[in-house]
Amino acid sequence: MTTEATAGLASVMGATIRRELLLAMRSPGDVINPLMFFIISVTLFPLGGGVEDAFLATIAPGVIWVTALLAVMLSLDSLYRADYEDGNLEQLLMSPQPLYFLVLSKVFSHWLMACLPIIVLAPVLALMLKLPAAGIGALVISLALGTPILVLIGAIGMALTVGLSRSGLLLAVLILPLYVPVLIFGTGVVDAAINEMAYAGLLALMGAMLALAISLSPLAIVAALRISVN
Amino acid sequence: MWQWLYKLGSPRWFYELGERSLPWLWGATVFLLAVGVVWGLAFAPPDYQMGDNYRIIYMHVPSAGLMKGCFYMMAICSAAVLIWKIKMADIVAKAIAPIGVMATLLMLASGSLWGIPTWGTWWIWDARLTSSLLQFFIYMGIIVLRSAFDSQDSAARACAVLTLVGVVNIPIIEYSVEWWNTLHQGASSLGMRDASANPPEIWIPAFFTGFGFIGLFFIGLILRSQNEILLRERRTQWVRDLVAKETAGA
Amino acid sequence: MPEFQFDSFAAFLAMGDYAIYVWPVYILFALFFVTTVLPPILGRRKIIRQLKARLERMESNMAEQGEGN
Repeated sequence: MTTEATAGLASVMGATIRRELLLAMRSPGDVINPLMFFIISVTLFPLGGGVEDAFLATIAPGVIWVTALLAVMLSLDSLYRADYEDGNLEQLLMSPQPLYFLVLSKVFSHWLMACLPIIVLAPVLALMLKLPAAGIGALVISLALGTPILVLIGAIGMALTVGLSRSGLLLAVLILPLYVPVLIFGTGVVDAAINEMAYAGLLALMGAMLALAISLSPLAIVAALRISVN
Repeated sequence: MWQWLYKLGSPRWFYELGERSLPWLWGATVFLLAVGVVWGLAFAPPDYQMGDNYRIIYMHVPSAGLMKGCFYMMAICSAAVLIWKIKMADIVAKAIAPIGVMATLLMLASGSLWGIPTWGTWWIWDARLTSSLLQFFIYMGIIVLRSAFDSQDSAARACAVLTLVGVVNIPIIEYSVEWWNTLHQGASSLGMRDASANPPEIWIPAFFTGFGFIGLFFIGLILRSQNEILLRERRTQWVRDLVAKETAGA
Repeated sequence: MPEFQFDSFAAFLAMGDYAIYVWPVYILFALFFVTTVLPPILGRRKIIRQLKARLERMESNMAEQGEGN
């Protein structure tokens, strides 16, 4: 019985993820726009601040992390907006399957589409910003651990505001303060790697934050979606 | 106990309790604040190192306490809104938010003014000032979110969710800012260093202003809640009677 | 018993040369006090006026309906 239930759950989660990826193939803007935003914004910093190697290397971890964070935030609109407008969100909330896992699969597929490309491209941009090679690996790992947290927290804010018109700036005000720990530890990992210090402890800390976010934020997302759909 | 909680959930009962306790609260608060301010400014001995500048502490520490206390109380109210659907809890949560914002601003301003002679600059990325700034952003987020909803019920529940998310995050934010701060410049803190070098009398005015701030908080809480109750209960007979009575003389 | 810590009133105002930092904090505290209690007190008057007007409107409506019948 329990194994059957687990198998059923797995297939539902798989179906949700497949559906989301299929929809993304049909509207590739949801994948390309966050990535383009990330690339263009990173390019602006040398143009605005100067191109001395030492200066760029100092700001590189922060610039990559802040722009990645903003790109993730801006990508969130595609998470629930379309589903809200065509009534799919209501269907989701009435589904007999445990909402916790449905919400988690949606978040995961969003992470695949919006964050994975950013993580893959981050090393290239980091090298353009003259980040020392020692920091590249740490940057990728920290982004891989940090961006899911950003999507999970952001999904709460998005779920709260999806029913409101003109919610873009409101979303930023709600969730950017909550992004601070991820930003601090993410850049902390990269800084530690550049200075040849141990950063495994920091990664473990980020892992713990991710575990906390995975276990708690779906509850808040479901509560928020119920308020918005109402 | 349960009976009492049940009554507290009734707006009318809350309104009348407020009406009865306000005179006492006013008296106690004005007394505590007056004694605390006068004592702190004129009668407490000067700090052995910072001289008279430390007298800012009698405003700085209570406002920092209020900044935190307001948020935890909002979180408790939010839980009551979401779990037991108590409308009164939302009224109280809504009333607390602006008080928390003003307390946070007072904390930041007094910290900055203290920082000029102590650190040589009005803003420093000190761990506690930085987390208070973030706390201010979170307060503003909740207030802005409430104003974005048309439906009172949706606004209540959305703010409750956001408040609870905030209260889970605040310890994490504070811990991360603390870590970040020691990484970048080594711990620097206001006033708290080696307080034992001062005589204990130096803390007596803080006791008065501290409880005075709590009294002021409850006055603001009751006044704002009462207004909200009058608006939300305007269709009930007891509010109509009350309005008729209050305007009878005019 | 605590005693007055300053030699003169002028010294009290000078706050050991920290006057420009100490006094603004206490002025801001006064502002905090006022913003905590004054807006709701003024708001209450406005609300009572509004509710009174509403009550009168309803009464006059009911009276008109009564005449109509």
